[in-house]
Amino acid sequence: MAFWIASSPHNHNQAETSSLMRLVIYALFPGIFAQWYFFGWGNLIHISLAVATALFCEFLVLSLRTKHGNQGTAKQAINKQLFDGSAILTAVLIGISLPAIAPWWITVIGAAFAIVVVKQLYGGLGHNPFNPAMAAYVMLLISFPVQMTSWQPPLALLSVDLSLSNTLNTIFTGFTSEGYSVEQLRASVDGYTMATPLDTLKTDASLGLTVYESMEKQVFGEHFSLGWEWLNAAFLLGGLFLIVKKAIAWQTPVSFLASLLICTFIAYSISPDSSASTMFHWLSGGCMLGAFFILTDPVTGATSVKGRLIMGALAGFFVYIIRDFGGYPDGVAFSVLLCNMAAPLIDQYTRPRTYGHKASTPKSSSKQEEAK
Amino acid sequence: MESIVERINQNKFWHFHGGIHPPEQKKSTNEKPIRQLSLPKQLILPLQQHIGRQGDLLVKVGDKVLKGQALTQSSNPMAVPVHAPTSGTISAIKKSVIAHPSGLSELCLFIDVDGEDTWRERNICQDFSQLSHQQIIGKIANAGIAGMGGAGFPTHIKVNTKPDINFLIINAAECEPYITADDLLMREHSTAIIDGIKILDQLLNPAFILIGIEDNKPQAIKALKHATESIEKIKVCVLETKYPSGGEKQLIKLLTGKEVASGALPIHSGIVVQNVATCFAISEAVINDTPLIRRVVTLAGQALAKPQNVWALLGTPVSYLLEQAGFVHEGQKQLANPPVIMGGPMMGFSILNENVPVVKTSNCILAPSKTEMPSAFDNNTSEVECIRCGQCAEVCPSQLLPQELQWSAKAKDHQQLTKLNLFDCIDCGACAYVCPSHIPLVQYYRVAKAEIRQQQQLDLKAEKAKERFEARKLRLEREKIAREEKHKKAAAARKAAMNKKTPEAGAAKSAVAAALARVKAKKAAGAKAQEISAEPQEVSNQVQDEKSQVKAAIARAKAKKEAKNKAVEPSVTPDVDTKQLSESSVSKTNVAEKAAPHKAADDKKAKIAAAIAKAKEKAKVKKAQEAELPTSAEAEKNPVGEQVKQTNVDDKKAKIAAAVAKAKAKAKAKAAEKKQAPASITENNSEEIK
Amino acid sequence: MINILIAIAVLGIIAACFGALLGYASVRYHVDGDPIVEQLDALLPQTQCGQCGYPGCKPYAEAVANGEAINKCAPGGEDTIKKIADLLGVDVQPLDENHEQDAGPKVAFIIEEDCIGCTKCIQACPVDAILGAAKQMHTIIADECTGCDLCVAPCPVDCIEMRPIPETIQNWQWDLNKIAITQVD
Repeated sequence: MAFWIASSPHNHNQAETSSLMRLVIYALFPGIFAQWYFFGWGNLIHISLAVATALFCEFLVLSLRTKHGNQGTAKQAINKQLFDGSAILTAVLIGISLPAIAPWWITVIGAAFAIVVVKQLYGGLGHNPFNPAMAAYVMLLISFPVQMTSWQPPLALLSVDLSLSNTLNTIFTGFTSEGYSVEQLRASVDGYTMATPLDTLKTDASLGLTVYESMEKQVFGEHFSLGWEWLNAAFLLGGLFLIVKKAIAWQTPVSFLASLLICTFIAYSISPDSSASTMFHWLSGGCMLGAFFILTDPVTGATSVKGRLIMGALAGFFVYIIRDFGGYPDGVAFSVLLCNMAAPLIDQYTRPRTYGHKASTPKSSSKQEEAK
Repeated sequence: MESIVERINQNKFWHFHGGIHPPEQKKSTNEKPIRQLSLPKQLILPLQQHIGRQGDLLVKVGDKVLKGQALTQSSNPMAVPVHAPTSGTISAIKKSVIAHPSGLSELCLFIDVDGEDTWRERNICQDFSQLSHQQIIGKIANAGIAGMGGAGFPTHIKVNTKPDINFLIINAAECEPYITADDLLMREHSTAIIDGIKILDQLLNPAFILIGIEDNKPQAIKALKHATESIEKIKVCVLETKYPSGGEKQLIKLLTGKEVASGALPIHSGIVVQNVATCFAISEAVINDTPLIRRVVTLAGQALAKPQNVWALLGTPVSYLLEQAGFVHEGQKQLANPPVIMGGPMMGFSILNENVPVVKTSNCILAPSKTEMPSAFDNNTSEVECIRCGQCAEVCPSQLLPQELQWSAKAKDHQQLTKLNLFDCIDCGACAYVCPSHIPLVQYYRVAKAEIRQQQQLDLKAEKAKERFEARKLRLEREKIAREEKHKKAAAARKAAMNKKTPEAGAAKSAVAAALARVKAKKAAGAKAQEISAEPQEVSNQVQDEKSQVKAAIARAKAKKEAKNKAVEPSVTPDVDTKQLSESSVSKTNVAEKAAPHKAADDKKAKIAAAIAKAKEKAKVKKAQEAELPTSAEAEKNPVGEQVKQTNVDDKKAKIAAAVAKAKAKAKAKAAEKKQAPASITENNSEEIK
Repeated sequence: MINILIAIAVLGIIAACFGALLGYASVRYHVDGDPIVEQLDALLPQTQCGQCGYPGCKPYAEAVANGEAINKCAPGGEDTIKKIADLLGVDVQPLDENHEQDAGPKVAFIIEEDCIGCTKCIQACPVDAILGAAKQMHTIIADECTGCDLCVAPCPVDCIEMRPIPETIQNWQWDLNKIAITQVD
C-alpha cells in the first residue's frame, strides 16, 4: 500500500502562472488591434518575429541550463518553462513597443537580448531585476537611435499605401515594393518628416513654438494625438479587464496615472504655453501600455500595496520629467527601468506590520542590520 | 472596552488582514444528524493525544477496564489522563502509528471491546454552581479534556487563571471547508454547550462572553441564540465566512479589534478562547461525570458514499470510520489507496495508515476524490518559480511576506527568517492555496521553523556543554593544585619530623621504617592481585581465613565457568569486533603496566608475578595469532585461580577480578572465533603490548 | 608637456590627500573587532570531542585563529566549516579525510550489567556527563552527553556503546525530501 504524505493545504484555487500570463496576453489584443488599425501590419509582423526569436532563445538557454535529470523529465521541464507564457508576453510587449516599420533585425536583437541577457542570465523567470521588454527597448533605443525613432505616422496621414506585403518589404529590405525608403514613407505630403506627437511637441518646443501652435499639426489629429489616443484607450480597456480579473493590482496604474495627472496639472497651471494637457500625456506614447502592462509586471515591481503605490507615483513622476525635460520624447521605458531599480528598496521600506507586532520603523531595523 | 461591546451590539466587527474563500463543501454533511456508530472491535488509544506529555500507565495487559475508567495519570499539569472509551480488555500496550503527520509510532493501549459498554460508577452533579473552583478544575483535569479545536492544549490549565478576564471567546467559527462537526454539535446539543459556557463563566468570571460563529451556519446560530436568550452576558457574534476566521488570533482580532502580541498568549490581554466542542466536553465532565471519550467527527469527501457526522469513540481506527461511511476505492487502477486526510483540507495532514486512531483533536476525516482535490493526489509538486505576484502577502492573515519568507527559507537564512517574523506564521495555508506558482509555501515554513528550533536547541546544548567543559577544566585544575599542596605539606611535615633527631623522632623513624616494611610486604602480596584488578587498591592488614576460603570457592566457580565458556565457544556469534579485541588486550596491558611500578618497588614475589603476567600476555598474543584454544585457556585458568588462592585480598577485589576475567574470557572467545583476524591487528596488539 | 606634469602633480596631490584622510580615519575610527577566538568558539559544536586533535573546542578555536586548518571538526561537519570560512574569509574546504563526519547525533549508553565501576569513563568525559563512583555502576546523563565518543575507548570491559538518538514525534521534523511515497505493509 502506498500512501502520500503531503503537506497541507491539500487543495488549491487552481490558479496558475501560465494562465495568468495568457490572460495578460489576451488583454493586449484590443491594443494590438488598434495598432493594426491605425499603423498597419508593422507591429503584428514585429510581434510574430519577436515571439519566434524569444521562444528560440528561451529554448536554447533552458537546454543549456537544464542538465540534470533524465532526458524525459528534462524535456518536460523545458517544455513547461518554455510555454509558461512569460517569454511570449515579453516578446509581444517588445513587438508592440517598436516602431512599425523598424527593420527586422531590431526585433530579433531586442527579443534575444531581453530573453538571454535580461531574463535568463539573471536566473530566469522570477529572478530578473529589470523588465525584459523595457530593458531591451532601452538598449535598442540607445544603440540604434535612427531605426528606433523611425516612427511611421498613422496610416491616414501616409501618402503611400502600406499593405501587408509592402510592410513586409519595408521591414526586411528597408524599402517598399514601390521603392520608397523609410524616410520617404515618413514624409508628409508637403515634404516634412512626420514624427510621433510627443516627438513633434518636443522639437517644436525647442523651436520656440507654444503647445497650441504645435498642436495645430496634423499628427495631433482632432483630439490629442491621432491614432495614439485610440491605441492608448485600447490598452486602457485591456488593463481594466485585467484589474477586473484580478490579474494585476490596481494600485500601480492608478497611482501612476494620478501622479502623471498631478505633475502635468502643476506644470500646466504654471506654464500652459509650454506644457501639454494631462489628457495628452495620458493618451500618447506608451503611457497606458506602461501603466497596465509593464509597471504591473510582478517580477520587477514592488510587492506590497504601499510599495506599489509608491512605485506607480515614482514612475509617473519620471515619465513627466523625461517627457518634458529629458532628451528623449517618451520616458515610459526609462522610468520603468528606474522604478525596477528602486523596487527592492521600496519593498524593504514598505514591509507591512505583522500581526501582533508593533509598527517598526524601517530605520531601526536597518540600524540593527548595520550593527550586525 | 465599552466601545467594543457597543460595536458588537451593533453587529459590527473588525477585520483581520487577508483571508481566502475556498469552496465550503459543507453541504454534504451539514444536512444530516450526527450518527451513532456501533462499537468497533478494537480501540487504539495513544497515551499522548495532544501537546504536552504523556501520563503514567495505570493498567497492564490483560486488565479489564470499564467505560470511563482512567488509564493513565500524571502529576504533571501538562499531561491529561486518557480514559477507556468503552468496557473491554487491554490486549496490548505497544507502539503503533498515531495521528501525527510524521506517521511515527508511539506507545498505544489496545482495548479489545467486550461490547457491553459497562460504565464505571458515575456521580451526576445536579448543580454545578455549588462546586468550588478547585473542584470544577479537578473534574475538568480528571476528565482528560484538552482543546478540541487545534493543538489540544490541556483545558484545565487554560481555565485555571487569575481573574480579570475581559472576554471569554467561544470559537464556533469552524472556518475550514468540509468540517461541520461543531456545527452539528451546536444544533443538537446547544443547551449542553451553554451549560459548559456557564461553567467557564463561573470559573473565569469574564466581563463578556462572545461566541464567534461564521454566517454559513444559520441553524446553529438560531439554536445558540435561542439557548442564550435569557443570558445577557453571552453574545452570539455572527461573522462573515472567511478562512481562517477560526484561528485564535484572527478570531480575537475580529471580535475585539485587539491583537495578541507576538509570542504572547491571549490570556495576557485578558482573553480566553475555548472551542465549542471543548465547552460541550466540559459540561459533560462536570455535570455528567463523563470523561472525554468520544467526539464528533466529520466524515467527508467525495470518496465516501455516505458522508456524515458521527459520534466516534476516541481510539476508533480511521479504517472503521471509513468503512462505516462507505469508502469507495475510486480509481483503483491508478492508485491503490486514495489519500485520507485527518483534519480539514487546509490544515489537516494526510495519514499513513488507516489504523490510525481518532484522538481528542481529530475533527474530520476527509477522503477526497481526485476531481475534488487533485493536488492531494499529485505527488509530483508542480512548483514553478515565484513571480512575486504578491497574492500570498495579500491573503496572509498574519500580514507576513510569504514570498520573501520562501526565498529566505530556500536559502536557509535563519536570521532573515526570524527578522521576517516566521514564527508568527500560523500554518493556515492561505498563501499556498492562492499561489499561482504552486509553491508548497507552508511546507517550506515548517521545515524552516523546525530547523531554527533545532538550531536553537543545539546552540543551547553547545552552550551547556561548553560550560560544563570549562567547569570541569577548572575543577581538574583546582584538584591538581590541592594535591600538590597536600603533597608539599606532607613532605614538609615528614622532613621536619626526621630532622628533629630526638628520641621521639628516632622512634618515629623506626615506626616509619616499620610501616614502610609493612607496606612493602603488603604490596608484594597485593601485586598479583593488582595485575588482574583494574584499580590499584589498598590492601587490608587483616588476613582472614574465611575470606580466602570464599575466594577459593569463587575461583573454582570461575574456572568452571571458563570451562563452560569454552564449550560454548564454537557457537559464539560470528560478529566479532576486532576493535574490542584489541582494546581488551590493551586494557590488560595497561593493568600490567600499572602494576609494574609497584612490583619494581621490591620483593621477588612481585617479580615472579610480573613474569607471570608477562607470560600471560604473551600467551594471549600467541592465542590471538594462532587461536589455539585449549592451551591458552588452560594457561589462563591456572594462573588466575592460583593467584586468587595465594593472595590475601578482600572479596570485593575478587569480584572485580571475576568481572575482568569474564571480560577476558569474552575477548578470548572472540579471539578464538576470529581465527582469520587480519595480521595487522595482531601486529598492532603486540606493538601495544610492548 | 607642462600640462601633463601639472596633471600628474594634481592627481598625485589629490591621491596623497585622500590617502592621508583614509589613514587618519583608519586610526581615528579604529574598531576593535571581537576577539576572533571567541567567535570561532561560538561556531564550534562544543562537543569537546577532541577529534580535531585538540583537547576541546576552545583550544581548536585558538589553533584555527593561529592558522590551523578549518576542516578538522567532525561533529560540526560541512556546516561548521562553511561558517568558519565565512568568518575568516577563506575558502571552504571539504572535511578532512581523517575526520569523517558521523552519521548522526548519538548518545553514549552504558550496558549496566557489564559495568565494573572503574571510573575510567568518568575521567574521560569532557563534560562530566557520566555519573558513578568507584565500584558502583555508572550511568550516562543523556541530556548532557555530547556524543563525543571519548568514553568508549577507555572502558576496560567495553560496556559503553554509542547509540543513535531515536526519532520521536518530539524531535521529528517536516522534511520536504522525505515526503514522498512511503511503503506501508
